Amino acid sequence: MSVLIYTENWDGKFKKFSFELVSYGAAIAKELSIPVTALSIGKVAEDELKKLGKYGADKVLNVNDNRFNSIDNKALSLAVAKAAKAEGAKVVIFAHNNLGKALAPRVAIKLDAGLVSGVTALPSGYDPFVVKKKVFTGKAFANVQVDADEKVLTFFQNSYEPVETENKVSIEAFDPQVGDEEFATTVKETNKITGKVLLTDAEVVISGGRGMKGPENWGGLEELADLLGAGLACSRPVSDEGWRGHEEHVGQTGKIIAPNLYMAFGISGAIQHLGGVSSSKFIAAINKDPEAPIFEAADYGIVGDAFKVIPQLIEAVKEL
Amino acid sequence: MKILVLISNVPDTTTKIRFTGDNTAFDSTGVQWIINPWDELALTRAVELKEAGAVEKITVGNVGRQTTEPTLRKALAIGADEAIRVDAEPEDAFFVAIQLAEVGKDFDIIMAGIEASDYNGSAVGGMLAELLGFNSVSAVSGLNIENGELIINREIDGGSQVLTIASPVVTIVQKGIAKEPRIPAMRGIMMARKKPMNVVSPVEAKAKTEMINFELPPPKAACKLVDEENAKELIRLLHEEAKVL
Ligand SMILES: Cc1cc2nc3c(=O)[nH]c(=O)nc-3n(C[C@H](O)[C@H](O)[C@H](O)COP(=O)(O)OP(=O)(O)OC[C@H]3O[C@@H](n4cnc5c(N)ncnc54)[C@H](O)[C@@H]3O)c2cc1C
Ligand SMILES: Nc1ncnc2c1ncn2[C@@H]1O[C@H](COP(=O)(O)O)[C@@H](O)[C@H]1O
Repeated sequence: MSVLIYTENWDGKFKKFSFELVSYGAAIAKELSIPVTALSIGKVAEDELKKLGKYGADKVLNVNDNRFNSIDNKALSLAVAKAAKAEGAKVVIFAHNNLGKALAPRVAIKLDAGLVSGVTALPSGYDPFVVKKKVFTGKAFANVQVDADEKVLTFFQNSYEPVETENKVSIEAFDPQVGDEEFATTVKETNKITGKVLLTDAEVVISGGRGMKGPENWGGLEELADLLGAGLACSRPVSDEGWRGHEEHVGQTGKIIAPNLYMAFGISGAIQHLGGVSSSKFIAAINKDPEAPIFEAADYGIVGDAFKVIPQLIEAVKEL
Repeated sequence: MKILVLISNVPDTTTKIRFTGDNTAFDSTGVQWIINPWDELALTRAVELKEAGAVEKITVGNVGRQTTEPTLRKALAIGADEAIRVDAEPEDAFFVAIQLAEVGKDFDIIMAGIEASDYNGSAVGGMLAELLGFNSVSAVSGLNIENGELIINREIDGGSQVLTIASPVVTIVQKGIAKEPRIPAMRGIMMARKKPMNVVSPVEAKAKTEMINFELPPPKAACKLVDEENAKELIRLLHEEAKVL
């Protein structure tokens, strides 16, 4: 038996949330008195694989098979389910991101498991198994009881602090034996976002709304983001107008993010916007309208003109 | 090609969220019900593809009680040809997917939303694909059909891709799949009254999960305000007090 963690790497380096997931899974495994297995699919060097041990993995199953690069959901979910069966996984944990959301439901069916997605905390009970998830796009939480022996969870990033341990980890090559006929996705083109901090991975996010008046005014926000190593985001009208790319749109119909700090410039704070950012640990708002609803969600605020405030913030950050 | 668009009936996105019965149930008093925003965009794209001649027929499918029929009628008014409603309470994603698998076998493309805006399950599309043995593509932001071949844009974590895949397939759609949701025209509303609304009985299935109660986020402390002229103070507070910089 084990707790199985689906890890993800980016050019051979694990994403930070993979360590969060391993630590989170280790805490569950401890309660259940079973070991933690991390599954790594892709080309990752031995040193990097060993890092998973530092966060609580007892074993790493390493799948090195180029065919999985096409992200074929049918083939990939079969590989994960085979690993889960080989390990007798009681709980399988994915990140609550595009890939996790694509695979978890398929894996749950294959394992006859109960699925809870968008989980934000450790289970509050194990018998019965009860875990907390976000509902109504962050406006509330539900405690969900799983009535199945096996559980599949997708876990929100930035919801669990990775903990380092002294763990002996064994690394095993694993061949899930997925036949060529399972692969049906032919990728014609891949556009990776490079040279920018990924919005969903960012710990600080700088965001602009219609109050920024036009695309030509983003220089200050870009500079601030650069200085802070932050990701850039925007409200929906900003991406609809084409001032910024769609990948930056956050909110109910855009990306849902949970950074440590979300800084909103010229954003009114409509309920659909807040749905995507309300789980941020801290929100700072800069808006010239003291009545703007964003101030109800914010921890810190400046009632004022973004164009006067931004240069001062840049200067202050340089002095840090 | 035949398309099935899955329709989830959800509270309007501006609904104030409240619970009743000691926080065990969602309080639906006075709630306006709408087509889940992503399902509405999926349907819009399906209608565009039909208008372009790439699709013969659009069916919308729902698992729900009779109270969801106004939402399904709206889908017919937007341009679906027929509706199927499995007459059951949608207990959980697994239960819903089992029901939809009964009615979804004969379609070339099934479109589901990336999540329902009420319970954010992100589950039904993928589960249905697995139950039917279909492939699935998630986070789909574009769907085109050229000479019977599906060309799909999808978002991956950290980028985007263009891919082709054979049907039958379940596409799990997000923002970008259509620009703006279609608003039903008067003619569409009139025509919708005559379109078939097929009600089928559910098959035996047992939910695997149960929402036992709900919580609202703890109330926020008042926002700490910094003077516009002294904006640097904000950075100090974020650095020293909040410790996030
Ligand atoms: C179904 C549905 C889904 C939606 N999904 C999303 C979503 O995912 N994300 C999203 O963002 N929106 C979404 N919306 C839209 C949402 O309702 C709002 O319309 C939108 O968030 C407003 O964007 P904004 O705050 O940039 O613009 P506005 O509401 O126009 O606000 C601009 C703000 O800038 C301030 N301002 C102006 N000039 C300055 C200045 N010089 N300095 C400082 N402040 C200034 C103004 O006081 C104002 O508060 C959705 C709507 C619907 C119906
Ligand atoms: N009761 C339902 N009837 C039909 N389709 C549904 C139902 N619930 C969810 N769906 C579909 O599955 C998608 C994802 O929903 P969920 O998994 O509940 O977040 C929705 O956008 C719909 O397309």
